[in-house]
Amino acid sequence: MEIKDKAKMIPIPSSGILNENDIGKQPILECINLGIEFGGLKAVDNFNLTIGRTEIAGLIGPNGAGKTTIFNLLTKVYQPTHGTILLDGKDTHNMNTVQVSRAGIARTFQNIRLFSNMSVEDNVKVAMNNSMNYSLAEGILRLPRYWGQEKKAHNKAIELLDFMGMADVADVKAGSLPYGAQRRIEIVRALATDPKLLLLDEPAAGMNPSETEELMHNIKKIRDEFQIAVMLIEHDMNLVMGICEGICVINFGKVLAKGTPEQIASNPAVIEAYLGSSDD
Amino acid sequence: MKKLLRKDNIKNLSSYILVIVAFVVCQILIGAKAMPSMYQSLLIPVCVYIVMALSLNLTVGILGELSLGHAGFMSVGAFTGVAIALALKEVITATWLLLAVAMVCGAIMAAIFGVIIGIPVLRLKGDYLAIVTLAFGEIIKSLFTNLYMGIDPEGGFHIGLITKPEDLVEGSKMLINGSIGISGVQKISTFTAGFILIIISLIIIFNTVKSRTGRAIMAIRDNRIAAECVGINITKYKMTAFVLSAAIAGAAGALYSLNYSTISATKFDFNTSILILVFVVLGGQGNMIGSIIAAAVLTILPEALRQFADYRMLVYAIVLILIMLATNNPTLKMFFDKIKKAIRFKKKEEAKEDM
Repeated sequence: MEIKDKAKMIPIPSSGILNENDIGKQPILECINLGIEFGGLKAVDNFNLTIGRTEIAGLIGPNGAGKTTIFNLLTKVYQPTHGTILLDGKDTHNMNTVQVSRAGIARTFQNIRLFSNMSVEDNVKVAMNNSMNYSLAEGILRLPRYWGQEKKAHNKAIELLDFMGMADVADVKAGSLPYGAQRRIEIVRALATDPKLLLLDEPAAGMNPSETEELMHNIKKIRDEFQIAVMLIEHDMNLVMGICEGICVINFGKVLAKGTPEQIASNPAVIEAYLGSSDD
Repeated sequence: MKKLLRKDNIKNLSSYILVIVAFVVCQILIGAKAMPSMYQSLLIPVCVYIVMALSLNLTVGILGELSLGHAGFMSVGAFTGVAIALALKEVITATWLLLAVAMVCGAIMAAIFGVIIGIPVLRLKGDYLAIVTLAFGEIIKSLFTNLYMGIDPEGGFHIGLITKPEDLVEGSKMLINGSIGISGVQKISTFTAGFILIIISLIIIFNTVKSRTGRAIMAIRDNRIAAECVGINITKYKMTAFVLSAAIAGAAGALYSLNYSTISATKFDFNTSILILVFVVLGGQGNMIGSIIAAAVLTILPEALRQFADYRMLVYAIVLILIMLATNNPTLKMFFDKIKKAIRFKKKEEAKEDM
């Protein structure tokens, strides 16, 4: 409790480069002194970050720096041991993964986690579960509400898949698709939950340059179309520097630097973390 | 509309058609007196085991959790059904209605047990869950071997565990008599009821799978963390699948018990649970039509092997091994896949021509 109170007194640190549209608006995400310990090992320590409502933010750092752990903390896959997460101004302290998802955080995974035995369309429809409310009995008896909501869900799923150029594989089993396509479906599935903040964990991993190019375009399109914030972990610097408005670099679970792509690219601490210090 | 006639819909439809055709053929054979009485007496057990296999397939194939105590739910349904049928014998004279009421009560009671068992069991995963369901199956069995229930002449119920209820007056009727179970059961199960139960189970399972509930259940099976991250309440949907599966098993249990004049808890032991699991594994997890065929064949097979006398179970085991090997043979699988692809290709060509 003591830590939390102290945290409240410190002015909220931000990357300070909120998207122009977001100035004066409630940020979508505020992490205050966020941290987690695994048996004494501080995997993430004193992590502070603010993300604007329509910002595209990048989270970078060397392998093992704690990037995915931060995503797991935000989605409550892990419960943070320190600090506060404010989602749209609301403390997510007592929420679990399901509640956080309903509150508006959607994510993709570094090692793809699709529902691989289900069709692509069903994968997307699973994510719309909370926007439907017909009961099991109505589903079994196929009452009008079932047909109405299923039709709506089908149309929305196809629309979202079409948005990412995947409508033609709607009936295919998700697990049988190529790697890049599976990554895109994960993004569509995340979008189907109607999020306010989309977390992308290495969306370009395993993609060739032209696919990456398309992905960059798509991420921008998602932000512009749905007016949501996107936070992404990525090792592909072309992608990060190309589309992120704010970048946060972490190393050994601690924030190393925050700033615009230009500031980050010229920051000596960042270069050292990535390339190692010179011996001279 | 064209979509409704695709892949999984065709598979579901073929399950219904298979069951209906089999029912009609059996009825014709019975009508023509061409069916040996040995097989005729097997018709209801076959229906029961098909329904059991379908309901277990909901837990194993759709929810993806191994349950080794499924006969426990069958037993709950059986005892409830028989007790209800005995208690309401005078009130409801139409046997079909009595049977229906007994089956519904059996299903409800099994569902209640499903909830009670589900609360601790569904917190576990994988092997641990399987072992605990096994334990619960045994608990239910020993519960019923030690249960005494009687009705006094005024119509009051008396229940005792381990010993007979002491306050039971002279002239009252014992409903459940401990390890002897229930005797003097009116045989009211019919083949038609079995057929209807199969159809209802198929409708429930297929329509559940195609609803938002079914998708959530399958999502949990495929990837629990991802399901949680898209807002699926794991406990709720696991419980739904588990209870639904228990309820269907309960109805099947009632149908089963009302086919015999006596019923005892030892009929629903671990072996029965495993037998049902064998149907599901052999038919393919999540494959309902496979469960139907496997349950029917493996229920009839031991009887058909009677001519081998003492070697009957040996032959049964060997046949089982051979079927398992054959269905899991990679060369055979490839062969079937090729056929499937050829058919699909043909259909695509036709579709193109149509355009």
